[in-house]
Amino acid sequence: MNEKRLLTGNEAVALGAWEAGLLFASAYPGTPSTEILENLANYKEDLYCEWAPNEKVAFEAAIGASLAGVRSLVAMKHVGVNVAADPLFTFSYTGVNGGFVLISADDPGMHSSQNEQDNRNYAAAARIPMLEPSDSAEAKEFVKLAFTISEKFDCPVMLRLTTRVCHSKSIVTLGARVPVPVIPYKRNIAKYVATPANAKLMRERMEEREKSLAVYSNGVSVNVAEYSGRKVGVVCAGVAYQYARDAFGNDASYLKLGMTYPMPIELVRTFASNVDTLYVVEELDPYMERMIKAAGIDCVGKERVPATGELDADILRKSVFGLVPNTLRADTAAAPRPPSLCAGCPHTGIFYVLSKKKNVMVTGDIGCYTLASAPPLSAIDSCFCMGGGISAGHGAAAAFSRAGSPQKVVAVIGDSTFFHSGVTSLMDAVYNKGSSVSVILDNRTTGMTGHQENPGTGFTLMGEETAEVDIPALCKALGVKGQNIYIVDPLILAEVDAALEDALAKDEPTVIIARRPCVLKKFSAADKSEFDLSPRSLVIDGSMCVKCGVCVKTGCPAIRSAETVSIDKAVCTGCGICGQVCMFGAIGPYAEGGDGA
Amino acid sequence: MKDVTGILLVGVGGQGTILASKILSDGLLEKGFDVKMSEIHGMSQRGGSVSTQIRFGKKVYSPIIGKGEADIIVAFEKMEALRWFEYLRPGGRMVINDFEIPSVPILMGALKYPEGVLAELSAKAETSVCRASEIAAELGNAKAMNVVLLGALVSALGMEGMDWKSIISRNVKKGFEDMNVKAFGEGVKRA
Repeated sequence: MNEKRLLTGNEAVALGAWEAGLLFASAYPGTPSTEILENLANYKEDLYCEWAPNEKVAFEAAIGASLAGVRSLVAMKHVGVNVAADPLFTFSYTGVNGGFVLISADDPGMHSSQNEQDNRNYAAAARIPMLEPSDSAEAKEFVKLAFTISEKFDCPVMLRLTTRVCHSKSIVTLGARVPVPVIPYKRNIAKYVATPANAKLMRERMEEREKSLAVYSNGVSVNVAEYSGRKVGVVCAGVAYQYARDAFGNDASYLKLGMTYPMPIELVRTFASNVDTLYVVEELDPYMERMIKAAGIDCVGKERVPATGELDADILRKSVFGLVPNTLRADTAAAPRPPSLCAGCPHTGIFYVLSKKKNVMVTGDIGCYTLASAPPLSAIDSCFCMGGGISAGHGAAAAFSRAGSPQKVVAVIGDSTFFHSGVTSLMDAVYNKGSSVSVILDNRTTGMTGHQENPGTGFTLMGEETAEVDIPALCKALGVKGQNIYIVDPLILAEVDAALEDALAKDEPTVIIARRPCVLKKFSAADKSEFDLSPRSLVIDGSMCVKCGVCVKTGCPAIRSAETVSIDKAVCTGCGICGQVCMFGAIGPYAEGGDGA
Repeated sequence: MKDVTGILLVGVGGQGTILASKILSDGLLEKGFDVKMSEIHGMSQRGGSVSTQIRFGKKVYSPIIGKGEADIIVAFEKMEALRWFEYLRPGGRMVINDFEIPSVPILMGALKYPEGVLAELSAKAETSVCRASEIAAELGNAKAMNVVLLGALVSALGMEGMDWKSIISRNVKKGFEDMNVKAFGEGVKRA
């Protein structure tokens, strides 16, 4: 078993967890973490894994599995840890039974996120050990080490990845699975019931644990000094180590830290005493730098290394040494190529209608539909976090109404996002007699992260059939009146507009469920029986088109506006939205052998 | 050969840059190189500009290619060649698919697709223009354009001698092996 493979960091984490005898994993999908659970599902003969409705639920389910005595893991993107922070902080008090690993996949540079918070701060705040792999081979080994530390020190352990570690491939040697015996469960009220009396004792134990962990961190093999020249020494962790190696070269010495909480201060002190100038190279916050400076060790950090965005070797050469690369320049500029809603996307119908409404604030949420905030639709006013659209919409509607403003509010949220944390928001709007309109964009999947199953799709991560959430029944159970629930086909604009007009006229909470599968989804048998999904395409009749540009305003990437307006047959799915907005009847079905325009 | 060689594959979401990079990295691994490959998923899948980076050599640290560091850039779309041009090492080589995909601002008529891209880049760097999309269409599968370009890239690297037939076959969907091997061969020949 010495086969070498090129794996992404996410694939390597799944492999490492499997080799470590993992038995339980839960997660909510989120870029760049999603593929960890998708890859764990490949080992479903040996372990159990699931998609939870949100990160807090995933974390708590994994706590239960740990208490039951098995090695368990929970994975999420950085902002997901905010959702799961409540159980995280107290689980650090109680400690574990079976080993427990929290994987936080941070996104410096915000490739696919709303912020770039540095989750290493969570390790220090929750007082849990933290490991930071710098490539796929380390990702695999560090998962195993994390389980060992978790069981040895009786605490959850955080493995912090970043987008470049998650989504870069490097060489990994495959190993065998080593089954770990299940630790028998025994009732232990003093350990697992965090009442104030018990928690006070746990709190004291936590301080002792941290002292032992600090000793461990100073001696652990993943914290290693690589000495070369003594003029420059660099302390680094995670993928920043790889960038530092390229930028500072072979003449510098490196203190490569795999475990950065507790910070191995004695190691840093020794390393610092062996070099003339000490640099700290880390992405985002001066997390290591603060701890190093607090220990009275002089170093150069964020005054040279940028604190925002991703780093790379280029950025370091420029910011630390003032070196600018010799590059070629083209005189012609490339036009921007921003991402857009796909041709045939069911969201387009909703947002085209919303883009025509006056005095309507649209509170958005996290998902592909955030792309409707871009021109030409420009139909979303706000976007903060998962599940926030409905609650922000409720608050805004209440404030506008008290302030005597004619402004109406429509909240938009995807199906998976609604299950994540929109349900309680809608409960708030109903309970507090709100008046906002909530549109649930039910595209029958978790679209943005690449089509994961969710509680509304009827399938589990492990591919089993399961119960489906009945969204209209759920809304009714929350207290939305039957006549205030509208179910529409988002591709039929008149239907969308009629429901919106009716709902906006009401002074009580209303829900519009726009139900149609994501155009990129692999359709299930249920999708095929419920919807007409046969492929087709449309064509513009050049003799009737007056080039008014209304169809272009739908933002459909299949429509091309140049000297003439035309539809790219290869891209068009025949959704029909452009045909409904055309006032001249110039758009119709493409017929093989027709004029083809 | 330099310590580390950098190859940048750029294109538009959905064009198959990732599969081409995967096949190439697999071959490089088999040849005994240290290899790192980096790609970004997520938002960019939705018709945005995408890039995949491969660095290989005796020992590779960073998975990312900096500006002025790519030895070869393979552009699956013409305007993307322009966008990433400053990543090319002076003296490096461009392989460009002569194929246009207008972006949303161009579709809307707000901007024009840039003209004279091939002429300008050819004048500034060693450039091979490959009609990969046409070649793939002639072979009966327009999607195999990515493997045609892979052939052109392997030819630019001077690595045609390896057993690409089996490397390609184990990386593509069952039933599509022969077609992809043929597309690769055309890319090598007509680079």
